[in-house]
Amino acid sequence: MTSTSGRSSTGPDGVVEPVFRAEWGRLLARLVARTRRLDLAEDALAEAFARAADRWPRDGVPDNPAGWLYTTAYRQVVGWLRAEATAGRKAPLVAVRPGWVPPDDDQEAWADDRLPLILLCCHPALPAGSRSALALRLVIGTSTEQIARLFLVPTPTMAARLTRAKKKIVLAGIPLGAPPVEELRSRLDEVCRTIYLTFTAGYTPGAGPDLLRTDLAGDAVRLAALLHDLVPDAHQVRSTLALLLLQHSRRDARLQSGRLVTLAEQDRALWRADELRAGLELVDGLQPDEGYAEELRLQALIAAAHARAPTAAATDWPAIAGYYAALEARTGSAIVRLNRAVAVAEVDGPEAGLALLADLDEALPDNHRVAAVRAELARRDGDVELARASYRTAIGLCANAVERAHLTAQLDALS
Amino acid sequence: MTYFVLLAGYGEMPGWDELTAEEQEAGMAKHVAFDEACAARPGVEMLSQAALGDGSMATTLRTRGGEMITTDGPFAEAAEQIGGYYLLDAPDLDTVIELCKVLPAYDIDIRPVLDGP
Repeated sequence: MTSTSGRSSTGPDGVVEPVFRAEWGRLLARLVARTRRLDLAEDALAEAFARAADRWPRDGVPDNPAGWLYTTAYRQVVGWLRAEATAGRKAPLVAVRPGWVPPDDDQEAWADDRLPLILLCCHPALPAGSRSALALRLVIGTSTEQIARLFLVPTPTMAARLTRAKKKIVLAGIPLGAPPVEELRSRLDEVCRTIYLTFTAGYTPGAGPDLLRTDLAGDAVRLAALLHDLVPDAHQVRSTLALLLLQHSRRDARLQSGRLVTLAEQDRALWRADELRAGLELVDGLQPDEGYAEELRLQALIAAAHARAPTAAATDWPAIAGYYAALEARTGSAIVRLNRAVAVAEVDGPEAGLALLADLDEALPDNHRVAAVRAELARRDGDVELARASYRTAIGLCANAVERAHLTAQLDALS
Repeated sequence: MTYFVLLAGYGEMPGWDELTAEEQEAGMAKHVAFDEACAARPGVEMLSQAALGDGSMATTLRTRGGEMITTDGPFAEAAEQIGGYYLLDAPDLDTVIELCKVLPAYDIDIRPVLDGP
């Protein structure tokens, strides 16, 4: 089993892995809060874990593993700070909000530092892709290699992205500390957007064995679950966790023999029942809301409707069409309209779905899915010529080899 | 930390000259309110500020192929609208962003001033 740290859970550092998963974020958050040195804290903590991987298999796991790691890392930072002091340069500190009180080392309070760290990583002044990378690296402990894999970029590219983001945090004065109360809701919206972006990255088709990276999408689910623990009353956070649990529960059914399986074709016995249950429970507690929280609630309701259907045929399409209509009214999103067209076609027939696609070529000129949906609906409607032309358009626009193969098979099946 | 706050454009607002006298007065009042908000905020110090002559008053210098060329006007369409700047000390970026909410709804570019060599 590959861990979030990229190391194996068996072997000499198998004793460290569970501690890493449980403690990395808490410990790093406390180190950053205590030292305000984002650069040194991360390196020191990584070294402390490396030292633990070396010592603990021989000497046994300490009674207080977190305390051991914290003390080791903190001492390392202090040592580096002493060395720097003689160099006479100005220290690159993370800015703090006025009124910031540096924490004292009460271990009980370590959990509290993670919310300021999450808010720091997801600050709107950072590029969207960097927010995802930082949140995974600093709060979950995902390795740079694995984050690169998630976003389908080379490791040095991701390493550079992380370095630039940490540099901007320090140079632009993006602060640690609570945002003003009236800002918290919009800042949490931004965190949820980041988490959702991170999650969907795992399901963006890649190539070969990395067609999907559902294990790393799982790290985004962990982030959502952590945020829900930290701010349980925040509606958008609850909706985000519900949505992610429901979508993630389908992961084992998404691939078969190296190809992507559509929702309609998935073997629902492979959907993870415990995660579905947890997601549905969260959805049941949701109330209508405003803004981004309401958009997320509607998406969660759609996911829940799929989750509740024991078979594809039993899907409550009228409900789903209604949720998409509400979502489209709120967002005006062309992608939402595309998904709505699919739902409407299920309820009112393919012609009704095709009518909704009318303006979408203009709105989404490079998106192969518009043509793919049109092709499918045309096929159902018996319009073979339109179906054929649309499949050809979709194939021409589709950048992913596996999806293209699937579309080609559909085109061939027409003749 | 020192921040350079550039009033880079009018956003959705009409240009200054298109405003009525009353609207201009209201705009000026917001600039005054911004000065007061900065003065009242702990850790914030206004270092310098100025309204800038508009794009038609600008002169551009470009060096191409080793030769400096002087032209009338700003360097780009986007720079037409630059209206002014503030230079201020503040403890962090969020403080600057909060203060900028007091200003009229300009497009604003906030840059950290880098420490000297």
